[in-house]
Amino acid sequence: MGLLDKHGVIEKNATLLLVFSFLVVTVGGIVEIAPLFYLENTIEKVEGVRPYTPLELTGRDIYIREGCYVCHSQMIRPMRDEVERYGHYSLAAESMYDHPFQWGSKRTGPDLARVGGRYSDGWHVDHLTNPQSVVPESVMPKYGFLLNRMIEPTYIEDRLKTDALVGVPYSSEMIEAAKADFAAQADPDSDYDGLMERYPKAQVRNFDGKSGISEMDALVAYLQVLGTMVDFSTFEPVASR
Amino acid sequence: MSKKPTAKKQEVHTTGHEWDGIEEYNNPLPRWWLWTFYATVIWGVLYTVAYPAWPLINGATPGLLGHSTRADVAAEIAEYAKANEPIEAKLVAADLTAINTDEELANYTANAGRAVFGTWCAQCHGAGAGGNVGYPNLLDNDWLWGGSIEDIHLTVTHGIRNTDDADARYSEMPAFGRDELLESAQIEQVVQYVRQISGQDHDAAAATEGAVVFVDNCASCHMEDGTGDRMQGAPNLTDAIWLYGGDVDTLTETVTNARFGVMPNWNTRLSEAEIRAVAAYVHSLGGGE
Repeated sequence: MGLLDKHGVIEKNATLLLVFSFLVVTVGGIVEIAPLFYLENTIEKVEGVRPYTPLELTGRDIYIREGCYVCHSQMIRPMRDEVERYGHYSLAAESMYDHPFQWGSKRTGPDLARVGGRYSDGWHVDHLTNPQSVVPESVMPKYGFLLNRMIEPTYIEDRLKTDALVGVPYSSEMIEAAKADFAAQADPDSDYDGLMERYPKAQVRNFDGKSGISEMDALVAYLQVLGTMVDFSTFEPVASR
Repeated sequence: MSKKPTAKKQEVHTTGHEWDGIEEYNNPLPRWWLWTFYATVIWGVLYTVAYPAWPLINGATPGLLGHSTRADVAAEIAEYAKANEPIEAKLVAADLTAINTDEELANYTANAGRAVFGTWCAQCHGAGAGGNVGYPNLLDNDWLWGGSIEDIHLTVTHGIRNTDDADARYSEMPAFGRDELLESAQIEQVVQYVRQISGQDHDAAAATEGAVVFVDNCASCHMEDGTGDRMQGAPNLTDAIWLYGGDVDTLTETVTNARFGVMPNWNTRLSEAEIRAVAAYVHSLGGGE
């Protein structure tokens, strides 16, 4: 019992107690967190997931700014009721370029992980402007002001660089073309071949149906891409998960 | 106090700590607490053996029970799919027009179709299918693209004016004002004419002028008498049913900027059986032809 009898030493030395407490917590961290960085099956390999386009990324920032995540999750759990309602359960790969992720744990509104393509752009504009006009029983606030807030991609290159810094594979070509891509995606009459090459399957439309690029354009562009990237034909569930 | 402190002091040892003459009892933990604690430790160890737990080099230990939430959900869905397989096979094989006359299929689609509708359609068309401004009412017998079961089935399968399905129903009304196809005076006139043929208050003189504008610009889709054309999803303008509104302001907006209602194609999200079920459900709501 020699060593145990010496607990008086750390009980009387606050700094030492802090250091040892930290070491104990570190063990938990190493066991629980560290393997996620080296285990290959943490993020399944699937085709199709790409970084967000500049317009989608801007829409995502608006989504976060408005606190959409407070009521909407983006995480379909592997349970029958959720899969039947929302679609295939979410894969880790689908949020690997999300910084921060929007999984959430609170659903006042429905899950949005696969909302992309489920409704028309016009529905999103109507619904964001006045949710009760299409869903009378909804308790969602109105976001019609997004239509009037026009946006310029002033800092979009820096925004992409910031994500690149934490591991999103934005190439220097993507960063260089960010401003042009931002404008091209909301204008179906523009030359968007470069955008499509850099961001496969990007949707090019005038999302809010009005001239100019408003925050509504960006937010709807983001909502319409949610859950649409993964090619499920390349996904094979691993038995051990 | 019934217990004497001196008596207690003899039963219980102290921890040996002493501060200015104050000592600390070293009371044993309550037995029930201690055994519960040991039980949770044992439970914890057994749990990590039975279920996926410890991360190793190439993956976590799978656990002796082979538990997998993903396999569970796949098995559960497969179980229900299997239970519905005979009736769904019958549904897919059946002639569309025969669905509502076959009692078994009609009963199935009434429930399955309503479930599909509530999950995927209600957000636009309303929980009771009564529609909203810009999203058609499915209860009445005024149909844009046709109300036969085949028409509804086609609409649900491929959608309307979406860019994802090449077979989607498609038509596009020109933006007569925005694209400067008509003068604003002409728009005012044709709006008055539409008010006239739909039996609403109107300016008769402007409506007479508007009739000419209508024949030249609108009749190719909405027909000369304004009753519309289902081949092009052009609404009947002579009745009291309006998708966006029949007042002067809304009609002027419609003629100026046009409308472009989009419906997604559901063939990538729903199975053929689900599409048939919801088509039969919508067809049975009252307006089915």
